[in-house]
Amino acid sequence: MSKTLNYLDELESEAIYILREVAGQFDKPVLLFSGGKDSICLVHLALKAFRPGKFPFPLLHIDTGHNFKETISYRDQLVNTINEDLIIRFVADTIKSKHLQDGKGKFPSRNALQTYTLLDAIYEFQFDACIGGARRDEEKARAKERIFSVRDEFGQWNPKLQRPELWNMYNGKINKGENVRVFPISNWTELDVWNYIKREKIELPSIYFSHERECIVTESGQLMANNEFIQLDDKQLMVTKKVRYRTVGDMTCTAAIESDAHTVDEIINELLETKISERGATRMDDRISEAAMEDRKKDGYF
Amino acid sequence: MDLLKFFTAGNVDDGKSTLIGRLLFDSNAISTDIIETLTQQSKKINSNTGIDLAMLTDGLRAEREQGITIDVAYKYFTTVKRKFIIADTPGHLQYTRNMFTGASNANLAIILVDARNGITDQTKRHTIISSILGIQNIVVCINKMDLVDYSEKKYEEIRTNYLSLTKQLPIKNIAFIPVSALEGDNVVLQSTNMTWYNGNTLLEYLETVEIFEAQKSNESRFQVQYVIRPQGKEFHDYRGFAGSILSGTYQKGQQVTVLPSGIETFIDKIELHQKEVEVAEANAPVVLHLKDKFDIGRGTTIVPSDNLPKTKKEFNATICWMDNASYIPGQKIILQNNSFKTKAIISEVVSKIDIHSYAELASDGIITLNDLCKVVIKTADLISFDSYLQNKIFGSFILINENTNNTIAAGIID
Repeated sequence: MSKTLNYLDELESEAIYILREVAGQFDKPVLLFSGGKDSICLVHLALKAFRPGKFPFPLLHIDTGHNFKETISYRDQLVNTINEDLIIRFVADTIKSKHLQDGKGKFPSRNALQTYTLLDAIYEFQFDACIGGARRDEEKARAKERIFSVRDEFGQWNPKLQRPELWNMYNGKINKGENVRVFPISNWTELDVWNYIKREKIELPSIYFSHERECIVTESGQLMANNEFIQLDDKQLMVTKKVRYRTVGDMTCTAAIESDAHTVDEIINELLETKISERGATRMDDRISEAAMEDRKKDGYF
Repeated sequence: MDLLKFFTAGNVDDGKSTLIGRLLFDSNAISTDIIETLTQQSKKINSNTGIDLAMLTDGLRAEREQGITIDVAYKYFTTVKRKFIIADTPGHLQYTRNMFTGASNANLAIILVDARNGITDQTKRHTIISSILGIQNIVVCINKMDLVDYSEKKYEEIRTNYLSLTKQLPIKNIAFIPVSALEGDNVVLQSTNMTWYNGNTLLEYLETVEIFEAQKSNESRFQVQYVIRPQGKEFHDYRGFAGSILSGTYQKGQQVTVLPSGIETFIDKIELHQKEVEVAEANAPVVLHLKDKFDIGRGTTIVPSDNLPKTKKEFNATICWMDNASYIPGQKIILQNNSFKTKAIISEVVSKIDIHSYAELASDGIITLNDLCKVVIKTADLISFDSYLQNKIFGSFILINENTNNTIAAGIID
């Protein structure tokens, strides 16, 4: 047991080291905050890295408008408690100002549209480093990414030409207009995140825990929360089930899983049993094509 | 549960990614939805074979199209005995820098050799790089045994050749396993085709091998990453030096020297996660407070006064060149060691390591992509360091091109 804790200590130290490297190397960093468990862990780690000082960066929420209300109230409460700056930029505004086509179909996702808003915000504030909670175990393209991942002035990732990243020496040197995406919890697995949440007693939005919800059963058998953003038709199969969320994203592309897990311990046990991956269970956006994530990342998605 | 970080190396097409895929697949470490997707994708590319296990780690479109590995993929898996972090690194000569990236944080190397081809230049290159990085455990997987009729003679021949190649290198522990990554022989399950082999399967080996940490040092070393100055009413005089303890331990009250200035003072307070502690050990992300106030910023080194590192403007090092552009003699570059940065030049190329014989050859002064060279480096500012062999983390550095900002070399200090 104590060795497991040592392992969490190692991951925690690495993440704090990386956050402090960001503070030391960049002029205008920002922490991308979605209200999901991974970015909540990042905030917790930033408290450990910088208190009693203020964070050397604001939080930035790219708001798709398709939110779970529980996430938004959690976000506002958290920002209030830690007394840090939060910037919110809305995908809806970008759609209007750039005359973009909103998501279409039954489950109109704004996931890909977020990239426009993110790149605009980077430009608006001249951010040179964006800290994100992405993890290498989530997805095969992410498994390939450096901890300091350089994006060109168009926000693009070039996976074939990444900088070598040696030992714990992070080269954050960039030209004006470029930015670096920084992933302090790259080496954490989903289970590590939950073990850390348990150890640190980190509070989470309630949708991570089992609750009753009215859901639509999709053609592939996934459970989508019934919500105002989904285009209902009359053939809809509607069920009320005990569910929870393994990831939190856009309401129109994040599926719930059936679960009875009410506590962090129960969630950890559930994860130890499951045979389905985190994104496989919950994300509709990665199923579009085999390189969906890589393509979005090349365009500037985080 | 302890953690083993390892990487795979070997020539292109030796089957590194397939081996990792096999390891994960046979130890049931892959989710069912991922297997399903993989099966579909494999069919699309080649309808005759079953699941293409290499696709598990070849996560980029170009990698799957060409059937090669371009950059490191990191995979995580746990058995009842150990937790593993795998870096699947590329075999192509042109991507050696990515192999180096994966190797720099590992404590074990799996080097694959194609049983049909035996030891190649890349085997030699990856072995010497592993050795230079101080990796003490190498397991040589002699792969594609199914294509040489599971011949013991072939296996023995390669084993003998490899041992004579590495005789001169300071590697503690070298093991050999005959495998077929494609068929699964001796990866997780014992092979029924090679009854002459009585040793461990690869997984058994990885689960039980003693982990030698490369050059973990007892010397106490700390560098300032960031200065915390809240300035509010409550914390008016608060001035904390945030950084991770790179090696060794630090204690409250300890006499320390601030480098490069050489000024001596005492540790007034150590904070860890906002709590005061008496002692803090390697890796701990602490905030140090010193008794006297001086000008201390990012990159400053704080060490015990009775155990100083070298502090100089010139030193000898071995570098691996990683940039497509060669080094132009006299070219100014940036040297980074953890949080410390200074301008530098390579003032002399002492020798070049021949990857065939591991001999040090006279250098023509030119350093090009993938060269391993012994050099002299001159720095603009005083730099504090240990030798890599004593202290990995305080004896290594990267070189950065001032103009392109690329990381152009990895270096270890003699």
